[in-house]
Amino acid sequence: MENETKLMSVRDAIIMAMSEEMRRDESVFLMGEDVGIFGGDFGTSVGMLEEFGKERVRDTPISENAISGCAIGAAMTGMRPIVDVTFMDFIVYMMDNIVNQAAKTRYMYGGKGQIPVVFRCAAGSGVGSAAQHSQSLEAWFTHIPGIKVVAPGTPADVKGILKAAIRDNNPVIFLEYKAQFNMKGEVPLDPDFVLPLGKADIKREGTDVSVITYGRMLERVMQAAEEVHESDGVNVEVVDLRTLAPLDKDAVLESVKKTGRVLLVNDAHKTGGFIGEVAAMIAESDAFDYLDGRILRLAADDIPTPYNHILEKAMVPSVERIKKYILKLVNKR
Amino acid sequence: MSNNNAVQMLLCRIILIYAFPTKILRKLIMAKKKTSETALSKEKLLHMYKLMADIRYFDNRVNQLVKKGKVPGMTHFSVGEEAASVGAIAAIGEGDLITSNHRGHGQTIAMEIDLNEMMAEIIGRATGTCKGKGGSMHIADLDKGNLGANGIVGGGMGMAIGAALTQKMKKTGKIVVCFFGDGAVNEGTFHETMNLASIWKLPVIFYSINNMYGISTPISSVINIDYNYQRACAYGIPGHFIEDGNNVMDVYNKFEELVKYVREGNGPVLVESLTYRWYGHSTSDPGKYRTKAEVDEWKKKDPLVKYSKYLTDNKLATQKELDAIEKASKEAVEESVEFAFNSPEPSLESAFEDIFAP
Repeated sequence: MENETKLMSVRDAIIMAMSEEMRRDESVFLMGEDVGIFGGDFGTSVGMLEEFGKERVRDTPISENAISGCAIGAAMTGMRPIVDVTFMDFIVYMMDNIVNQAAKTRYMYGGKGQIPVVFRCAAGSGVGSAAQHSQSLEAWFTHIPGIKVVAPGTPADVKGILKAAIRDNNPVIFLEYKAQFNMKGEVPLDPDFVLPLGKADIKREGTDVSVITYGRMLERVMQAAEEVHESDGVNVEVVDLRTLAPLDKDAVLESVKKTGRVLLVNDAHKTGGFIGEVAAMIAESDAFDYLDGRILRLAADDIPTPYNHILEKAMVPSVERIKKYILKLVNKR
Repeated sequence: MSNNNAVQMLLCRIILIYAFPTKILRKLIMAKKKTSETALSKEKLLHMYKLMADIRYFDNRVNQLVKKGKVPGMTHFSVGEEAASVGAIAAIGEGDLITSNHRGHGQTIAMEIDLNEMMAEIIGRATGTCKGKGGSMHIADLDKGNLGANGIVGGGMGMAIGAALTQKMKKTGKIVVCFFGDGAVNEGTFHETMNLASIWKLPVIFYSINNMYGISTPISSVINIDYNYQRACAYGIPGHFIEDGNNVMDVYNKFEELVKYVREGNGPVLVESLTYRWYGHSTSDPGKYRTKAEVDEWKKKDPLVKYSKYLTDNKLATQKELDAIEKASKEAVEESVEFAFNSPEPSLESAFEDIFAP
């Protein structure tokens, strides 16, 4: 069991992580719209109602304000709720509870109480769901002290990071990507497979360029890295942040110092996006002195997500564009 | 209007009439209550008087400090509203919880907070309830079941139903009282939390303390019904009215009934009491929107005077005993002021502590 893995989708990794934690700890429960008989709007709780019953797999009305407030109050008083936000865009209706209540309560109360709650958000575009169902809003939350923000990019990391988020004693915003619920990978079956929050993972060792990314873009960055290696012999180091808040600054700076070149990639809008913060952090640090070129960012265009699939696809960094930027950095083309 | 709609409207009206008798009926009921003997011990009755006196003298003293420029931030006073909080909290039990509201001093003191620490918090010192990081709007006392006041109007309502969900899931038998002002009733969270609590039958008392103004805006200009408790029928839960929220025994008696109802697993209730704040909304409010005559009229309905009259008329306490309580309250408040101003400012390093739980 300890080292056993199984090929499974992100969706199944999410179900596995939640189910294991619910078996382990009575106070963990899932709530949200359509989590019960429907099995989640993206199928991320299929079978859980049958195993845990409707007390612990709680269908709610379409009431994001009440759902988020209720989860926070339950968390403050000894439960460990997981909220299925469904589309991340709907979190806008939860903002007071997350930003003004959950993030600040412990601080305002002088260190008393804790709010162990996870908000699982289906982020990103790629499924033709247009402007109100396609956003990646992580930067809104990384801006607020008191909230942890995580965005794993492989099925194994989804399991390990989600379990860590559930066990963490603070509010955690967990990004999962609509376009990647079916993405498959080997996932450890060990029910104690938990990854640390606040630790980046070097997904590919390299010497020429550091590409810093997270979440949905990891898959494309990995592909781009392999392809430029094949075509141009460029050796890319891929730094997968996994956790945006807290940010593993050391891992980022160490990689930058090693390669001297940086590209940052995410699928959220460029302006005010989280990678801008990472870029600034690099520019302010002593790693700046190691740079052999400009710090480049590749992000979604600053437009609402269009419905048309050609326009939608063009808005987000592609493998081709990532490759282009990598080669630009090493002056190969 | 379709037949179905007509039937629904009629049902809603019948519920309204049934659940909320007319003023005359209400007065008859209140009159009956007033003459009935109270089953409360003398000790408890006097303790309620002490808490009301504590609120009065504490907030009066904070007001004086504000005028002298000694309070570094915003405060909202509970003077005039003492009975509305004390009567409710006196009726809940050990281990029951509350969420307080924007005007939280009254509830916080009624939940037996340490006055020294509360004063130190308002003055912003390291010894304060929240180490000087919360101030007047964020005083909480989790160990005693006070989940905290809130700077966001209606902000505690979600927390209240969540705390109630915990009680239900863990089968603790405890209940939650969710305090909010009339200002919160038009926030979306009011509707969403009342609805969720009602469908899940959560053990929570939604308690609107109606002091009739949201800063300068009279409640009558922002709701299209007479009273907010009438909205209960929209959620299929009972609505209750405490017409004289300045009468602590009226508040207590109503809450005793509601606490029992909610604890028995019948789901939430909505209750509203009428009261009045003597001072402005916050320290910066000159109160131009109210006439002096109106304020004076309400000062005649002083909750402490009412309660002392009740206690002495019914020979439940002597004036001498009440005077002694008031004297002790004033002394306790003075001691809290001394404690607060003799306390250190928080260290600069402390600003970076307590953000995340370990």
